[in-house]
Amino acid sequence: MEKIISAKVYFTVWAALMCLTVTTAAVSYLDLGAFSIVLALIIATVKGSLVVLFFMHAKYINVKATLLVILAGFFWLAILLLMTMSDYITRAWS
Amino acid sequence: MSNSSEALATHELRHHFENMEQQSGASSMGMWVFLVTEIMFFGGMFMAYLAYRYEYFVAWQEGSQHMDFWIGTVNTAVLICSSLTMALAVLAIQQGRRRLTSIMLSITICFAIAFLVLKGIEYHRHWLAHEFPGSAFHFAGVDPRHVEMFFVLYFVMTGFHALHVLIGIGLVSTILYMNQRGHFSADYHNPVENAGLYWHFVDLVWIYLYPLLYLIGHHHAG
Repeated sequence: MEKIISAKVYFTVWAALMCLTVTTAAVSYLDLGAFSIVLALIIATVKGSLVVLFFMHAKYINVKATLLVILAGFFWLAILLLMTMSDYITRAWS
Repeated sequence: MSNSSEALATHELRHHFENMEQQSGASSMGMWVFLVTEIMFFGGMFMAYLAYRYEYFVAWQEGSQHMDFWIGTVNTAVLICSSLTMALAVLAIQQGRRRLTSIMLSITICFAIAFLVLKGIEYHRHWLAHEFPGSAFHFAGVDPRHVEMFFVLYFVMTGFHALHVLIGIGLVSTILYMNQRGHFSADYHNPVENAGLYWHFVDLVWIYLYPLLYLIGHHHAG
């Protein structure tokens, strides 16, 4: 049978997401230069991971093919973003 | 819900599956395949955003300062709360608690409507401030042509996201209606789970839109 996750887990994840939202909003007031976007994206990725792992049950999926589908999706997204940006960023080097 | 067992019978194990577990596994895998196409759909727009931000960094900072920081932040919280109620709706039907499921789905719809209302207020303000791209676009600061490009991406990305929220309201409403008709139980609730996956995905997209649009130039506004 499917794994049933307790309401306590959902409320904990929700509290973490709310705290991280307040954190990312608060640090946007600080001038961290180029690091501010890096920090904002790190926090967003932590939040996104919590959503995918717990709310979307990715942590509890027992069908390996489904995990493969999920990982392939994000892997393809990484190819799109990283390879295109590696082109743009290195154009000025010549 | 008196004839619920009768309604349930039509949804029991389909003949091409071995058992309920295999059926529900196939169902969520199918939903994830669809969500991967959604990742690529939004991924293209994120790609455009990144490339333009790299080329026109100053314009991106300028444009971001004209976002409504508070509406963006409150809307982030609204979507996170809606994700919680959606997750609780799925939990409730896993436990066979139909009434609680309906309540949680209804709250989720309310949060979604609140999100769209706030988004609408925001769009209206941008419109009045001549920040909607096109012939009426006006920007007094530096590099107005590329600030306009920032607003193009802002409206396209948040517009498609808002469309997904709207579709989500329709989807969750349909699930709510079906639940009221007694279609789901502790044994069978794949559509509720899949609607949940869709809704959390919409939340996931916004989790990235929020810092990229609202926060990147915020500290300069002081």
